[in-house]
Amino acid sequence: MIGRVMIAALGMAAMTVPALAQQGLDEPFQKPFKEALAGKVVAYVPVAMNFDLTEGWYAGMKKELEPYGVKFEIRDPNWNTNAGAQAVTSLISEKPAVMVIHNPDVQTYAKLLQRAENEGIYVIQINMGSAYRSSAFVGANWIEIGERDTEAVVKACQGKSNKIAIVQGALSAAASAYTLKGVENVLAKHPDIKVVSSQAADWDAAKAKAITQTVLKQNPDLCGIVGFWDGMDIGTAAAVKEAGLTGKVFVATSGGGERKGACELVKSGAFDLNMSYDVPTQAADLSAMIKWLLSSGAKAGSVKGSAYTTLIPISKENADTACWNLSDLKK
Amino acid sequence: MKRFRFSQQEVVFAVFAVLFLTFSIFLRGFLTPENMLTLLQNVAVLGILGLAMAIVVIGRGIDISLIAALAVPPGLVLQMVQNGHSLPTSLIAALLLAIAFGLVNGWLIAYAEVPSLFATLATGLLLAGLGQTALFQLDVVQWSPGMDGFERLGQGVILGIPTPIIMFAIACVIVAFLLRRTRWGAYIYAIGDNPYAARATGIPSRPIVVLQYVVTALIGCFAGLVMAASVNSMPTRVFNSTLIYDVILVVVLGGIGLSGGRGGVLNVIIGTLLIGTMLNGMTILDISYAGQNLIKGVVLLLAVITDSFLNPRNEETAQQGDI
Repeated sequence: MIGRVMIAALGMAAMTVPALAQQGLDEPFQKPFKEALAGKVVAYVPVAMNFDLTEGWYAGMKKELEPYGVKFEIRDPNWNTNAGAQAVTSLISEKPAVMVIHNPDVQTYAKLLQRAENEGIYVIQINMGSAYRSSAFVGANWIEIGERDTEAVVKACQGKSNKIAIVQGALSAAASAYTLKGVENVLAKHPDIKVVSSQAADWDAAKAKAITQTVLKQNPDLCGIVGFWDGMDIGTAAAVKEAGLTGKVFVATSGGGERKGACELVKSGAFDLNMSYDVPTQAADLSAMIKWLLSSGAKAGSVKGSAYTTLIPISKENADTACWNLSDLKK
Repeated sequence: MKRFRFSQQEVVFAVFAVLFLTFSIFLRGFLTPENMLTLLQNVAVLGILGLAMAIVVIGRGIDISLIAALAVPPGLVLQMVQNGHSLPTSLIAALLLAIAFGLVNGWLIAYAEVPSLFATLATGLLLAGLGQTALFQLDVVQWSPGMDGFERLGQGVILGIPTPIIMFAIACVIVAFLLRRTRWGAYIYAIGDNPYAARATGIPSRPIVVLQYVVTALIGCFAGLVMAASVNSMPTRVFNSTLIYDVILVVVLGGIGLSGGRGGVLNVIIGTLLIGTMLNGMTILDISYAGQNLIKGVVLLLAVITDSFLNPRNEETAQQGDI
């Protein structure tokens, strides 16, 4: 009996739903969403424009948000930390709806970002966070990058000399220090691995090459190198190639996964592993955060969350497909 | 009786010799032929830049914009090839850009009489900014297949010697010839020693000053090409680095006085060797970055202090001052 009533009820429902669809059903949340985004200003302060990561984030956010009427305001401190702090300070008084901040170090902007959120501006930090935890963080987990790169190098060293070298970035950069922590975590588990050199090359390809050349001359039996950024490790790889050790010395590095800077160098054999924090994915995450925060109406600083980027390990197997082109993202 | 006095060149050479001996004795793996070649190779680009700087400093000027000349024209070559132009076309475009840049510098300093420090500070920013906004898509300009073969300028070996060292040697010979064997070279020394006297004796000092800056920009561009070939890319961000101070250091440390008219290619070689030995030894020792800076600072201070003890400032320098 009950079964028969159910079937009848379902039949009724099946008849009524298409009838409603023909009239059209108002989705009640899309209009407030559009209103929440239209005309809002997103201020973007990277450490500098003109490199694959920051150009990629910007292009990705624009593509995703401009159709909704979001306006972008960009401040380019061009690697100058003071200029960046001034830009953030002046932006606070201009009251954009959202600030997307790429920190040069952990401390400099921390207080300013807190002030911005107190003034009601949502702050999203990208890839390099500060000591202040704001509404959202989108970016790579540097410790994981250090760990996975080092694990790969340690694995490649099995049965070999167990001698490795580390090419760090700039000492003041949090990204470099966090990555180093990841390296240390893995090395603590492998006491047999000997670090013959651990030096900072200042994100500079020429310095990385000079250091690696000297290290390779002293330790021709080196089995692996952990580099901290592919833009710099192009120099590391050049030194390995010149020493005729490509394929013998395992070079692991990380970067934004742009085709020329990552995949083509993996294909050529310069890098054996490049951990990519895929920039288009990060740009999509940033855009999603901005959409969510603006439409939520939450008070700035009242919710805090993170979206760590899922890393893509680029090796010879996936080097044809794993990368992105800046020109495509800008289309 | 002639009092025995050391020149700064000799002081620095002595510091270099002591460092070199200490490393040779106490540092395993320092005094090997391979490491010596690496040492030289690592400072070859710095040495070439030192030669460029030496020319203007001998002529009583300074060129702060040298790193822009190193970064932008070679970056343009890589970018143009990436965009599908042929390598010769791109090289010619870069050379024209370097020459034009040298002419602007020279004109500002010789004819508009802007002090070289300020003129080149501004033009360097201008060229680097032009590169960033108009010429390059990204600040690291990557190698592209169209450049293949060109990397031999900065990689590999010729007769067992790494190519950058040979490039440095060629640059040394050319600059030494220019300074010591041509009339223009003699004029540069004369202008550096006393610009007013040089002009009074009929030396065409303004065109010679322009020439200095053009040659300097061209050598800077050459150094950039060697550097790009060596690391398979042009990190144009190098303009923001402290490389220019290292270049001035090589020149001044080698004993080319900033008051002009003195020194030559040998001084640049000595200065470069000292820096190279320090960097190489500290890398082998795996000294931390901060420690390296400290040691560099102390050695340089020692060299400068010893010099001012042995060679007190004379009346002439006191009146016109150093730069």
